[in-house]
Amino acid sequence: MHTRQAAQGIRIEEMIESTYRIQGETGEWEVVIGLEVHAQVTSNAKLFSGAATSFGAEPNSQVSLIDAAMPGMLPTPNLECIRQAVRTGMAIGAVINKWSRFDRKNYFYADLPQGYQISQLFHPLVGEGQIDISLDDKDPEANVKTIGIERIHVEQDAGKLMHDQHPTRSYVDLNRAGVALMEIVSKPDMRSPQEAGAYLSKLRAILRYVGSCDGNMDQGSMRADVNVSVRKPGAEFGTRTETKNVNSVRFVMQTVEIEARRQVEVIEAGGKIVQETRLFDPDKGETRSMRSKEDAHDYRYFPDPDLLPLELDDAFLEECRASLPELPDAKRRRYEQELGLSAYNAATLTADADTARWFEALLAEGARIQKKGENEVARASANWLLSDLYGALNRLNKDLDTSPVSPEQGAELLALAADGTLSGPLAKQVFEIMLETGDAAGKIVEERGLKQTSDTGAIEAVIAEILAKNPGQLEQYRGGKEALFGFFVGQTMKAMAGKANPAVVNELLKKALAG
Amino acid sequence: MSEITDLGVAALRDGVRAGTFSAREVADAFIVKVSKAKALNAFIVETPEHALAAATAADEALAKGEALKPLAGVPIGMKDLFATKGVQTTAASHMLEGFKPVYESTVSQKLWDAGAGMLGKLNLDQFAMGSSNETSYFGNVISPWRRGGGDNAPLAPGGSSGGSSAAIAARLVPGATGTDTGGSIRQPAAFTGISGIKPTYGRCSRWGVVAFASSLDQAGPMARDVKDCAILLENMAGFDAKDSTSLNLPVPKWEELLSGDLKGKKIGIPKEYRLDGTPEEILALWDQGIAWVKDAGAEVVEVSLPHTKYALPTYYIIAPAEASSNLARYDGVRYGLRELADGQNLQDMYAATRAAGFGPEVQRRILIGTYVLSAGFYDAYFTQASKVRTLIAQDFENAFTVCDLLLTPTAPSAAFALGEKSADPLAMYLNDVFTVPASLAGLPAMSVPAGLDSAGLPLGLQIIGKPLDEQGVLGAGLAIEQRAGFTARPEQWW
Amino acid sequence: MSVDTATVKKVASLARIAISDADAERLAPELNNILGWIEQLGEVDTSSVEPMTAVIPNKLRLREDVVTEGNQRDAVLQNAPQGEHGFFTVPKVVE
Repeated sequence: MHTRQAAQGIRIEEMIESTYRIQGETGEWEVVIGLEVHAQVTSNAKLFSGAATSFGAEPNSQVSLIDAAMPGMLPTPNLECIRQAVRTGMAIGAVINKWSRFDRKNYFYADLPQGYQISQLFHPLVGEGQIDISLDDKDPEANVKTIGIERIHVEQDAGKLMHDQHPTRSYVDLNRAGVALMEIVSKPDMRSPQEAGAYLSKLRAILRYVGSCDGNMDQGSMRADVNVSVRKPGAEFGTRTETKNVNSVRFVMQTVEIEARRQVEVIEAGGKIVQETRLFDPDKGETRSMRSKEDAHDYRYFPDPDLLPLELDDAFLEECRASLPELPDAKRRRYEQELGLSAYNAATLTADADTARWFEALLAEGARIQKKGENEVARASANWLLSDLYGALNRLNKDLDTSPVSPEQGAELLALAADGTLSGPLAKQVFEIMLETGDAAGKIVEERGLKQTSDTGAIEAVIAEILAKNPGQLEQYRGGKEALFGFFVGQTMKAMAGKANPAVVNELLKKALAG
Repeated sequence: MSEITDLGVAALRDGVRAGTFSAREVADAFIVKVSKAKALNAFIVETPEHALAAATAADEALAKGEALKPLAGVPIGMKDLFATKGVQTTAASHMLEGFKPVYESTVSQKLWDAGAGMLGKLNLDQFAMGSSNETSYFGNVISPWRRGGGDNAPLAPGGSSGGSSAAIAARLVPGATGTDTGGSIRQPAAFTGISGIKPTYGRCSRWGVVAFASSLDQAGPMARDVKDCAILLENMAGFDAKDSTSLNLPVPKWEELLSGDLKGKKIGIPKEYRLDGTPEEILALWDQGIAWVKDAGAEVVEVSLPHTKYALPTYYIIAPAEASSNLARYDGVRYGLRELADGQNLQDMYAATRAAGFGPEVQRRILIGTYVLSAGFYDAYFTQASKVRTLIAQDFENAFTVCDLLLTPTAPSAAFALGEKSADPLAMYLNDVFTVPASLAGLPAMSVPAGLDSAGLPLGLQIIGKPLDEQGVLGAGLAIEQRAGFTARPEQWW
Repeated sequence: MSVDTATVKKVASLARIAISDADAERLAPELNNILGWIEQLGEVDTSSVEPMTAVIPNKLRLREDVVTEGNQRDAVLQNAPQGEHGFFTVPKVVE
């Protein structure tokens, strides 16, 4: 997953411009995009009931009588869900409304047991905020755009319908019914598929840092309703369509592209865009109208009379604020400024909370055992993580969560390289053994005698032997062909099975070759 | 010696405790009464086994010398709006016919925990929507009362808790649960010559009570006198974390502290309740009530509740709006009725199920509620009603700066004949004119029987109290009860 | 207060209650009568009044994030008019 995350970073790198235009027959068109992201709040129990929220349970095994909307059942709100939404709001610099309310959104559908969804329309929990997106991965500060957030409100998820199990029936599973969602509504501030993709990636990163949503898009923990309209640059907003439940960054970008093109074609053919709900079909690469939901647009919102207004006090807000972690942008800047990492490495390491957490564990342990400052071990740690470790994980089809090597083990390996116990090639060799066996670097070095030697006597003896075996090369070298130095280094290292300290070998070779 | 079934809750409790009769004798006596009263149609389901089990437990505890529970030996009736585990719970609707909950409502559980037994589930207006018990899918409840002079026209027991009121008046049960959204405890109590109290909104848990209008629904007891109401209420009320609107307050010792002495109390008489067209008899009874509370030591003052005339229209926006949403869950998917013809789709199924499962009054209110919430009308209707509701509550707050309690008639008429008003929904709604304002303000209010009209039918007086002052309401009720000397009872014809 | 039969049908459709033309004919004047009476509320000046939120002053309590209910599929499905393999079932929905 984290390697996939890194892959997403590379895609962002391909972006070149935010002045995205669609070429139509009548000229250029600008795309206007807003996203409504539904993010499942990380909690043990549901928003208004004590049923569990875990993914993949047996059908209807995580259903309370409240979720099944039995007669006389009443909702009671889950503190943790409110807390996580507040923390998320704080992480995007948003206004937290100390007085909010739950409203009912009324419509009939088989996945909605109550006949209404408890949501927040009139008084949402979180007001306006913003998220900065970067359109240049190499230099994240260079091309930054601020996307406004309209609001975040808390609401219930619906259940799940399955249509393939029976020829004439759909099956209803209520395990998801009542799970807490945050609906994060952006302003129509995005203008290209890339911006939409970068926004969703950044939002996902923030949610994962805060810990308010696991961001697992393939499990439905995060999905986006994509609002798209087109206009001639500078003109009034056009009529928008809403493509529902798009569940990956790539699909969101495709939806924008495909839907915008469709709209341009419709308008240029003399048609009109209808404000409607659409569905993205990734297999066919198209969006299409969801007529089945068209008649249900009069939702008759009103305050839920089963629930009182939600009033938050300062102590609660303070507790939420104090529990916020360092967020991706702040962390990236700190990595650059205080740890001296390159902009690219800082951005890559901070793009996902788990990567940053892993890196910081590696860093802390490295500094501790090497008795150095974190800034002194940071670059070597970052390079090893992003090249050696990521390379190995990619090869093994694993990610940081399932890495055979822990941050502590990595730090030990790096310390052995730093203090000269292991040469670069030896370190790589030890790392391979660590991946295979899961053993600590020190133990491997000890047991397999892979320690680098700086024993001048032993090295001098080997050098003498090599010079004796290669009189021709020696003569050429002494005759001025100094490029042959590398040959002698290679021969020496090979004879010492790679365990000789290269610096010592260099020094002694120079002396011996000089005669 | 009077029959066991002539005794009330307190007398039965005390008699079982004293060994005057066994709990089993009590249960048997009421079970026989219930079984012989089919003509009243007060019960949808009879549950003699439940009453007998509770009685046996009480007798065994007594035999072992164990402390008896507060309601040991007392069988009661349960309005069929309370979910009872394993016992059909219908809200008097076709929609829920056959529905057996796997859970027990908080209020009924509290009563069983207190040792009470259940004689059966009592009939009511469908989904508690009605003032005459004529909207039940399971047929009208017939009031045990009849007009004097040989007029045998069947009368309404009031509604929506009409099964409760009829059963108590007919001595089929000593007490019963009711629920009150706009007067559904007080008006039927007045119509049948019994007492009933709707406590402060939030005193009794709504968990497990089939919802009508969440911001108004409140459970309460009905019984033959004020003390019995106090005893039952003590065993129904109390904080419930499962109901977000439940009040987290201890339950007062209402029975122990009950006193009809009104010295030092100021009782307000709201002038707006003197409506044009109110029968003279009712106005006269009201005056009589004023004299009684003065006699009990209270000072009487005139007060004004200027927005009274807007209470009913406000109620008939808010209650149907909430109901239209609360009743959306009855869709034929997870429980209850399903109507599905061949080839019909999901939306057809919803429409057919709800058309068949809801009676005309329920449908009417759902339509009104849907209309007032629909796009373009929300502010004009619902928001305006919610604001007027604030004004109505403020009226009461202002009045309570100069008095402790309010005294009014309970209903603008005595019981009417079945069918008399059912053709005109609006005329039926107007029956709640005196009870709805206190519901909108969430205030405790009770009806006590105070006299008979010229046709020999009972009339009630209503006492409304400040929030949480059930004690004051019960006290004034007792003062009136002591002076009214209401002993009339319907002659048995069933 | 101009509820005609078309409006009645639209509202009934929103409320998912099947009604016949005759029902709509009967309901229109009935609803008009009730709505006309309700509309007297419009004469109250509420410009400086807040809508009521809690009828008795009370704070919304928040419960702890603990799983207290579940693994009761049979109980949940017990009253279902139709179900199989642990699911509720409905006429096939085409999305």
